[in-house]
Amino acid sequence: MTKGSVRFEAVTKRFGSVVALKPLTLDIAPGTLVTLLGPSGCGKTTTLRLIAGLETASEGRILIGGQDVTHQSATYRRVSMVFQSYALFPHMSVAENVGYGLSVKRLPKAQVRERAEEGLALVGLAGFGKRLPSELSGGQQQRVAVARAIVLEPEVLLLDEPLSNLDAKLRRHVREEIRQIQQRLGLTAVYVTHDQEEAMAVSDRIIVMKNAEIAQEGSPHDLYDRPASAFIADFIGDANLIDVEVSQSGADTEIALLGRRLRVALPPVPNGAAKMVLRPHQVRLTRDAQGFALPAEVTYAAYLGNQIQYTLDSEAGRIFAICAPVAAPFRPGDGVHVTFDPADVRLVPA
Amino acid sequence: MTGQAPFGTFHMTRTAGLWLLIGLAGYALLPWYMVAGGFWSLRWIMAPLGDGASGLTHSLQGKVWLALPLTGFAIAAVAVLGRASQLTTARLLVLAGTVGLALLVAQGLLVLRDGPRLALLGTASQTGMGAGAAVTATGLLFLLTTGISSLGRGRGDAFVTGLVGLVVALVAVFVFYPMAFVLVRAFELRDGAGFGISQFLPRFFDPNVWGMACFRGTGYCGPAINSVALGVMTGAGTTALGLAFALIFTRTQFRAKRLLRVLTILPIITPPFVIGLALILLFGRSGTFTTFFADAFGWEKTRWLYGFWGVWLAQMLSFTPIAFLVLIGVVEGVSPSMEEASQTLDADRWQTFRFVSLPLMRPGLANAFLLGFIESLADFGNPLVLGGNFNVLSTEIYFAIVGTIADPAKAAILSLVLLSLTLSAFVIQRRWLGKKNYATVTGKADSGRNAALNPALRAVCYGVALPWAAFTMIVYALIVFGSFVKLWGVNHTFTLEHYKRAFAITIRNGVHFTGAAWDSYVTTLTIAAIAAPLTAAVGLATAYLLVRQTFTGKAVFEFSTMLSFAIPGTVIGVAYVMAFNFPPIELTATATILIIAFVFRNMPVGVRGGIAALSQLDKSLDEASIMLGANSFTTLRRVILPLMGPAILAALTYSFVRAITSVSAVIFLVSARHNMATSFIVGRVENGEFGIAIAYATVLIVTMLAAILALQALIGRRTLRRADRVEAP
Ligand SMILES: Nc1ncnc2c1ncn2[C@@H]1O[C@H](COP(=O)(O)OP(=O)(O)OP(=O)(O)O)[C@@H](O)[C@H]1O
Ligand SMILES: [Mg+2]
Repeated sequence: MTKGSVRFEAVTKRFGSVVALKPLTLDIAPGTLVTLLGPSGCGKTTTLRLIAGLETASEGRILIGGQDVTHQSATYRRVSMVFQSYALFPHMSVAENVGYGLSVKRLPKAQVRERAEEGLALVGLAGFGKRLPSELSGGQQQRVAVARAIVLEPEVLLLDEPLSNLDAKLRRHVREEIRQIQQRLGLTAVYVTHDQEEAMAVSDRIIVMKNAEIAQEGSPHDLYDRPASAFIADFIGDANLIDVEVSQSGADTEIALLGRRLRVALPPVPNGAAKMVLRPHQVRLTRDAQGFALPAEVTYAAYLGNQIQYTLDSEAGRIFAICAPVAAPFRPGDGVHVTFDPADVRLVPA
Repeated sequence: MTGQAPFGTFHMTRTAGLWLLIGLAGYALLPWYMVAGGFWSLRWIMAPLGDGASGLTHSLQGKVWLALPLTGFAIAAVAVLGRASQLTTARLLVLAGTVGLALLVAQGLLVLRDGPRLALLGTASQTGMGAGAAVTATGLLFLLTTGISSLGRGRGDAFVTGLVGLVVALVAVFVFYPMAFVLVRAFELRDGAGFGISQFLPRFFDPNVWGMACFRGTGYCGPAINSVALGVMTGAGTTALGLAFALIFTRTQFRAKRLLRVLTILPIITPPFVIGLALILLFGRSGTFTTFFADAFGWEKTRWLYGFWGVWLAQMLSFTPIAFLVLIGVVEGVSPSMEEASQTLDADRWQTFRFVSLPLMRPGLANAFLLGFIESLADFGNPLVLGGNFNVLSTEIYFAIVGTIADPAKAAILSLVLLSLTLSAFVIQRRWLGKKNYATVTGKADSGRNAALNPALRAVCYGVALPWAAFTMIVYALIVFGSFVKLWGVNHTFTLEHYKRAFAITIRNGVHFTGAAWDSYVTTLTIAAIAAPLTAAVGLATAYLLVRQTFTGKAVFEFSTMLSFAIPGTVIGVAYVMAFNFPPIELTATATILIIAFVFRNMPVGVRGGIAALSQLDKSLDEASIMLGANSFTTLRRVILPLMGPAILAALTYSFVRAITSVSAVIFLVSARHNMATSFIVGRVENGEFGIAIAYATVLIVTMLAAILALQALIGRRTLRRADRVEAP
C-alpha cells in the first residue's frame, strides 16, 4: 500500500542563481510523521512547498502515493498544508473556513456543514463554527487551521512551523494534539520546525538538513545516540565536542585524550583526529581525582531549580555540564575534576 | 474522499472543447460585421442573410476569405477529438489558436472597404468587424492560451494563462495598434505623395515646434518647449504644494483637516477647464479682481492671464490634489520609528526631516512630479481656454485635427513629440528610482509617533498652503455663484435661467427633458457607469497577474501596461481617430469607442491601486486556498476579491470620475449621437455662454459627489465588516 507515501528522486530547486535544494532523494513511509529540521535557510520550507506543489522542481521527480506529481498543480494534489501564519480567511467564519475545501469541490451544503463540524470537533472546537477567526485565541486559530487541512482527508498533511506563533506552554499542548490526531487518522505528515526539542517529541523520523541537503536522517533516538557528524551531535541535544586521537586495536576503539588512553565502544571512525561527543548531563564533577579525570575550573554556575548548569575551563577546552542540584554546589573559581563513563562516549569525524 | 483528477489531458480537452464551441457559435450564429442600430438592438436577428449574416453565411455568399478562421477551428477539433498525448494535444491547440488568429487578423488588415490591398484578392471589400468576429477571435485566443498552459512545466493554470492572454490582446488591440497608426501617419508625405522617411525628421525637429525664441526675447517659443516649460513648472509647483498639504495633514495639529481634505478632493471632480473659466471671470480683463484693483488702485487692466502664467495657475489648481493624494500616502508611510531613531541619535527636528524623512519620501516626490508633468502635458482644457498666443502641444494637435486646414500628419508628428516627452520623463524617473517602481508602503502601523515639524518648516507650510486653500475656496464659491447670476461681472441679479436652459423638464403629455444638457448628461453618466467597472476589472486583473503570478515575459508585460500611463489623452484620442475610423475595427461615432478609451486611459490607476492592495494581502491566503483544492479562479473570486473591497472602491470611483471629467481624449471621439458633458461645456465656453457652462459643471460636481458617497455606502459597508482584519490572523 503506497497511499500517502512521498518520494523525491534527485529533486533540485534553484531560484535564479540561488540553489535552494541540492539533488535530494528521500522516502517518507505512509502513516508516519516526519520532521524536517535544520538551521534557517537550509531549504526546509522549499522542500515542503515542493511536496505541496506551490513550487515546481527544477529537476528530478516527485511521487506522492506512488504517482508522479512533478508537473501537477497544487490544486489537484491530495495534500493539505497548515501555514505558519495559519492563513485563515478573515472574511469567513470558522465553519466556512473549515468547509472551504469541501465547498470548492461542490459537495452538497449540508454535507459540507456536517463535515466541517466533525473536523472542528476533532480539534476540540465544537461549537466555535459561527465565530470569525479574529475572535479566537492564537492556539484556537491554529487548531482551526489544522481542522481545515484534515477535513479534506489528504494523503499527506504538511505543517510549516505550525507552532512558532504560540507561547511555550501552548506549544507543547498543541503539538501533542497534532501528534494524536495524526496517529488516530493514520495520516502521513511532514512537519517543519527548527526547534529540535519539538522535533524529538513528535516525530517518527527526523530529517536534518544543512546547506540545502540532508545531513542525517533517522529516528529521534538514532540521531541522538548515533550522530554522524559534529553538526548533528551539536544540533540534536547539546554536546561537548572534545578533540581526540583515535587508534583501532582489534574490536575495540582506543582514543587518546590529552595523552591519556581510553577504551570506548562504538561507533567505528577512521583512525586519526576525531571528536568525542560528551553530552552535558553525562559529565560528572568531583572535587578529588579518581581514576581518569580532567582537571578543570568552574567559570560560571547557574541554578535553575531542577538542575545546575556549569561552564568549565579545562585543558581540553570549554566544557558545559548539567548536574542534579545538591546542597553544596560548586562556585565559580572552584577547581574540579571532570569524569565520564567511557560507555557513554560517541565519536564523530573531526 | 472526493478525489480529483490531475490537471491533465482531460481538463485541457474539456476547456478547449468549450472554447471551440463558443468560437464556432460566434462564427456561425452571430453577425460577423457591425450591424445598424447596434448589436443590442437585436434587430439583426430578423435578417440572417443580410445585416445579421454570420461569418459562415458571408463566406458562403462569396466572401471566401472569411472561411480562413475555420482552419484554426479545424485544427482545434482534431486536437480535442483526437486521442493524442497531452503534449501533442497542447501543441495542436497552440497551432490552432496561432493559425486561426493570424488568418483572422490578416484578412481584416488586407480586405478593407475600398477593396483589398493585394490585387490577388480581386474586388473584395468589407466593413468593420462586429460581435461574431469578436467572439470568434476570443475563442481562438483562449484555445491558444489553453494550449500554452499545458505545454510548459509550469503549474499548468489555464485561467492564469488565459487572463494574461486576454490582457495582452486587449492592450495590443487598443493601445499598440492605434499607436502604430500614429507612427505610420507621421511618415506620410505632404500632398498625398505616399509615405517616406524624408520629411519625418525635418518635421519632427521643426524650429516651429522646438523654437526657443521666447528665451532670447525675440518672439514665441515652439509648442514643445512651451509644453516642457509648463510641465516642469506645474510638476514642481504641484509637488511642493502637495507636500506642504501632506505635511500639514500628517505632522501638525491643524484644526480644519477635514475641510482641507474636501478642498483637495474638489478639483479632482471638477472638469479641468472649469477652473480656467473661473480664473477668467476673476482675473480676466473684465474679471472681478481686475476690475476691483483697477478701480481701487488705478492698476492697468492687462491680459496677463492669457498665456503661460494663466495656464500654469489653472493647472496648479487642478493638479495639486493629485500630488497631495500621492504624497500623503508616502508621508504617512515614513516609519515613525525611523524618525524616533534619528532623534535618539541627537538629530534635531530639522535634521531629522532633512536627512531621514525627506530621502525616504524620494520615490513619492518623484512620482508626484511625474504625475504633475504628464497631466500638464496632456492637459487640454486649460490651455484651450487660457492659452492665448501661448501654444502647447495638446492644443496644437487638436487644431491640426479639427482646424481649418486639417493636417493629420502634423497631428501624428506632434503626438509623437508629446509621447517622446512623457516617455522620457517616465524613463528618467524609473532610472532615478532604480527598480523600485512599485515600491508600495505596505506599512503596518507601528506604534511610534511621527516627529512634529520644526517651527520654521511648519510656518512655511502654513504660509504656502493656507492661502492656497483659501484661494481654491474662493474659486469654487464663485463658480457656484456664477451659475446663479445673469452675467457674471456684468449683471449680478439672481437667476435660475442657466439651470433651466440646461436641465429644464417640461411636463405636458408626459415628462419631457427639454433642457439642452440632458442628452450629454445622460450619455456621460451611462458611459462612465459602464466604463468604471470595466476599468476596475482590467486594472485589478493586471495587478493580480503582476503581484501574484509568475510567467515568462512578465517584465515586458509590466512595461507595456505601464506604457499606457505615459500616453497623454490627446495622443490616445488622435490615435483612436486614426485607427478606428475604418475596417477592420470601425468604432468612431459609437459609444463603444468612448468606453474603450476610458478603460485604457484609466487602467494604470486601477493597476497601481490593485498592486498596493494586493501586496498588503498575505500571500499565504492564496496558497491556503490553492492547497484546499481551489483553482486560481475560485481563489480570486472567493478569497482575494472579497478582501480587496477598498481597492475596488477606489478604482471604481476614480475611473467613474475620470470618465466624467476628462476632455483630452474625448474631444476627438464624441459624435452628434454620443456627446459628452465635457465637450458640451467646451462648446458653450467657445460660444461665450459662460453661465450655462458653469451651471452644468456645478451639476456634474454634485452628481459625482453623490455617486462617490453612494458607492462608498454600497461597497464600503460590506468592507467594514469583512476586511477589518486584512492580515491573516
Ligand atoms: N522565492 C525565492 N527566491 C529566491 N530565493 C529563495 C526563494 N525562496 C527561498 N529562497 C532561498 O532558498 C533557500 C532556502 O529557503 P527556505 O525557505 O527553504 O529555508 P528554510 O529552511 O525554510 O529557512 P527558515 O527556517 O528560515 O524558514 C534560502 O537561501 C532562501 O534565501
Ligand atoms: Mg521556512
